[in-house]
Amino acid sequence: MTSHRTARTALIDRSKPLNFIFDGKPFQGVAGDTIASALLANGVRVMGRSFKYHRPRGPWGAWVDDPNAIMSVSLDGRAFPNCPATTTPLVGGMQVRAVNAFPSAQFDIKGGLDLFRRWLGAGFYYKTFMWPDWHLFEPLIRKMAGLGDVSRDVLDGYCSDQVYDDCDVLVIGGGAAGLVAAHSAAVAGQGVVLVDDHPVLGGGLHQRTMVEGIIPAEWIAAQVAGIAAAGGRILRATTAFGIYDHRMVALAENGPFGTAPRLHRMRAGRIILATGALDRPVTFANNDRPGIMSIDAAGEYLARYGVCVGRRIAMVSNNSNADAAQKMLREAGADVLRIDPSKGAFCAVGGKHLKGIAQNGTRTAADTILASGGMTPLVHLWRHAGGKLDWCADRQAFFPAAAPEGMCVIGAANGTFDLASALDEARAAVAGEQILRAATTYRLSPLWPEPGSKGRQWIDFQHDVTLKDIELAARENYVSVEHLKRYTTLGMASDQGKTSNMAGLAAMAAIKGKPLPEVGTTTFRPPFVPVPLALYHGGHGGQLWSPLKRLALEPQHRAAGAAMGEYGGWLRPGWYGGGNAPELIHGEALMARASAGIVDASPLGKIEVMGPDAEAFVNFIYYNTIKTLKPGHIRYGFMLTEGGVIMDDGVIARLDRNRFVISCSSSHVDTVRSHLEAWRQDGNDLDRIFIHDVTQHWATITIAGPKAREIVRGLGLDLDLSAGAFAHMTLREAQFDGAPLRVAWVSFTGDTSFELSIRRTGVAGLWDAVTAIGKDAGAGPIGIEALSILRAEKGYIMVGKDTDGETMPHDLGFGIPRLKKKTAFLGDRSLHSEKASAAGRKSLVGLTVPFGAVALPTGAHVVEGKRSAGYVTSSYDSPTLGHPIALGLVENGAARLGESVEVWHLGAIRHATICAACFFDAEGERLHAE
Amino acid sequence: MQIFPCPFCGARPEAEFHFAGELGKVRPDTVAQVNPEDWTAYLYAQRNEKGAVREVWMHTTCAELFMMERDSVTMAVVASKSLRKVAS
Repeated sequence: MTSHRTARTALIDRSKPLNFIFDGKPFQGVAGDTIASALLANGVRVMGRSFKYHRPRGPWGAWVDDPNAIMSVSLDGRAFPNCPATTTPLVGGMQVRAVNAFPSAQFDIKGGLDLFRRWLGAGFYYKTFMWPDWHLFEPLIRKMAGLGDVSRDVLDGYCSDQVYDDCDVLVIGGGAAGLVAAHSAAVAGQGVVLVDDHPVLGGGLHQRTMVEGIIPAEWIAAQVAGIAAAGGRILRATTAFGIYDHRMVALAENGPFGTAPRLHRMRAGRIILATGALDRPVTFANNDRPGIMSIDAAGEYLARYGVCVGRRIAMVSNNSNADAAQKMLREAGADVLRIDPSKGAFCAVGGKHLKGIAQNGTRTAADTILASGGMTPLVHLWRHAGGKLDWCADRQAFFPAAAPEGMCVIGAANGTFDLASALDEARAAVAGEQILRAATTYRLSPLWPEPGSKGRQWIDFQHDVTLKDIELAARENYVSVEHLKRYTTLGMASDQGKTSNMAGLAAMAAIKGKPLPEVGTTTFRPPFVPVPLALYHGGHGGQLWSPLKRLALEPQHRAAGAAMGEYGGWLRPGWYGGGNAPELIHGEALMARASAGIVDASPLGKIEVMGPDAEAFVNFIYYNTIKTLKPGHIRYGFMLTEGGVIMDDGVIARLDRNRFVISCSSSHVDTVRSHLEAWRQDGNDLDRIFIHDVTQHWATITIAGPKAREIVRGLGLDLDLSAGAFAHMTLREAQFDGAPLRVAWVSFTGDTSFELSIRRTGVAGLWDAVTAIGKDAGAGPIGIEALSILRAEKGYIMVGKDTDGETMPHDLGFGIPRLKKKTAFLGDRSLHSEKASAAGRKSLVGLTVPFGAVALPTGAHVVEGKRSAGYVTSSYDSPTLGHPIALGLVENGAARLGESVEVWHLGAIRHATICAACFFDAEGERLHAE
Repeated sequence: MQIFPCPFCGARPEAEFHFAGELGKVRPDTVAQVNPEDWTAYLYAQRNEKGAVREVWMHTTCAELFMMERDSVTMAVVASKSLRKVAS
């Protein structure tokens, strides 16, 4: 292999050689190379294998339009899969491996798959692997399909910055038109940002000898200097990959290889698109061979990297752009022959090594074929923003028509391929003048796939979609372009159809005998190029993804050896002590039944509703009647959705005539607050009702157990705690250590229980006092796990666990307000719908298992034959009772007490007996014990 | 990402807002008899118009409901107004 590097002035630094390995062999490139240009300079042609047939492939394009050369790259021990060789900058020390090829792209053991092509046409797996079951074949097929392997190692520090930014004018594309537009806008005093995906600005200008009378490099430098001097910003190596609502443009700014790109969410006042155009492939037999590439790509390899891709080049073009390329390549020393595609069918000759091109039986020797089927304007971003397209018969391309608001398109992206006209457009766009597409010197004669013609002709190189596959799809009536795409996988390769879509649409148009524009295009969606998922993810990991709410008493819990865990968004003690968790949890539950458990209940919702209309408001919000609640009293109740389904449960306390405290579930506070606000603002006098979420202001310590009263007495509060003076479901206000204290006598365990709420800043003293007094009484802290068991023993539900999206209060045995409440309330009418009144609704029950059996799995189904008739919602080993207990929602459950049922879980059937949803102290003697 | 104008806080990103319903839906008087068709329409029927729409949104950070006029095709926001002013 001898070097293909020429002496032509290029954008590389020949004084900085870079050593790298490709498929196990050492190579050398230079600074400024991409992986592809360095390999081409070394005479390497085969850089990958196709997806299905494992055909050898070399690069077709020189930039984002290449579907063939995809690499897994390791650098400094870090592996990056699926790097396009044409856009990945070469770095010294890279270990590069072609994907989808083993042991190398040159000698791939699966290359023989091509022999089976007869059986591997479009949709072959839908037809072939259906019997007896697709799932038998799926693992093998999945293993064979796909590109690079993702390393299991986590890349430390691979994290995208996400930046919010804005500008007056965003110019996308740093070619001639984009540079002039950015320069003019900046000089006119507008805040300009210019983005270009190449590290070096200039677009296709580097292929030219002169621009407006000077050499391209100087012309570009002058524009860049002008933009900078006028205060414009330029982002290089930055791809605008999507345009979203209200002109938010997503930009991926690439840093050094191996670092995560930075995401800019750029809000632009105006967007000027100058994204250029792509050279599209020509469809002919064996057009996928390594050494066949676009004319524009050959120009770019020469102009940017000094690489002349071939020595004896056959050029196939239907348009006038080829002349300049031919001249440039000849000057670089290549033999260039022109093949006129209109003179008859032609095909590539040769395999891994291209031998030439044959037309009408005449074979012309060539080591390289350069092809161009015409220019396709890059309208992806235009379509993201909702811009319309028109078909231009002269240019044989879709180009921009009606513009979205605040957006215009100039230059080759607008179908303006002449430099002078493109620069005029750029200036007109900035001046706000109407852009009239100028007459063009560009000429082409249509050159599209010819259905029925001989040989294997590739439409989608990466996914191995041939002209015959399109014909097959048409025969099988996958005619709509969206169906065609999904059936054949046309355009679904990593280049997303940049090379294949036009040929595919044209083939379908020809098969159906329709004009091409009537076939239409598939939908253009972001991202324009593949971007790493890290870009979307940014820094939103761990604590920043969903910050935990922290307890004021966290240091005390940690000092007591708490196992802290996330419960409903809060970091809470699951249990205390460092040993065997189930034993510790059972121990805590037993302690709570024997003396008392002390729970940090601070996350419990505390939403205050105040004002002269507060009573009527909460009475409307609650299923239960609240207006009869007396000051100092507490009531248990439900909030429903308008659909009648239970949204939350909990107690509501009335502090005085115009002040209520809603105690909602810990994890539902934000939802309940929004719910209350939405209804408060719906027709109420907003000066007569106020809602304050004070959950985080008050910390709550609950003491639950037979010795709870004794422990609270030990605090020496100025409060009569005797059962006669302080009844269940009432609330008293007192003082602790000079601070206001709310003492509520409510129970979530079935034992005597006091909730002590104090200002968050004062809770440490209260906790120390309660735990010290508790210790003498044999009581101590218990975690949320023990509490969950205690409440289940009593049949107290947790909304969302023991209820689902259909559960109404009468399903839980709370049927009276449904029948008796006289005033309107949320969800009232829904409680009398046909479905709400139907017999056999799922209702809350207990489930017991035969003596000695283990607890039922939560989620196991109660079955009748093969039909689910309900499921287990909560299940525990009850330490208090010494046997498993479970709660469940079972059809007609309340009427089936004592009935034996079958419970299905993961294929096994067990037996259980339905009982009332209360396993402990059903008479409530302990609750009211003195 | 869209930018919505909260009448109280100004222009803010759409992630701070919740859709609260189409403007003009009135809750039936449930103390009286409400036939199933009316209740179903109230719960589920949306006009879902193409083009100019008037909707109620909540700016979750200030918890204020307001009316927004926008275009459901172009996503252009035409106006936003406090519901307090609409009511008075």
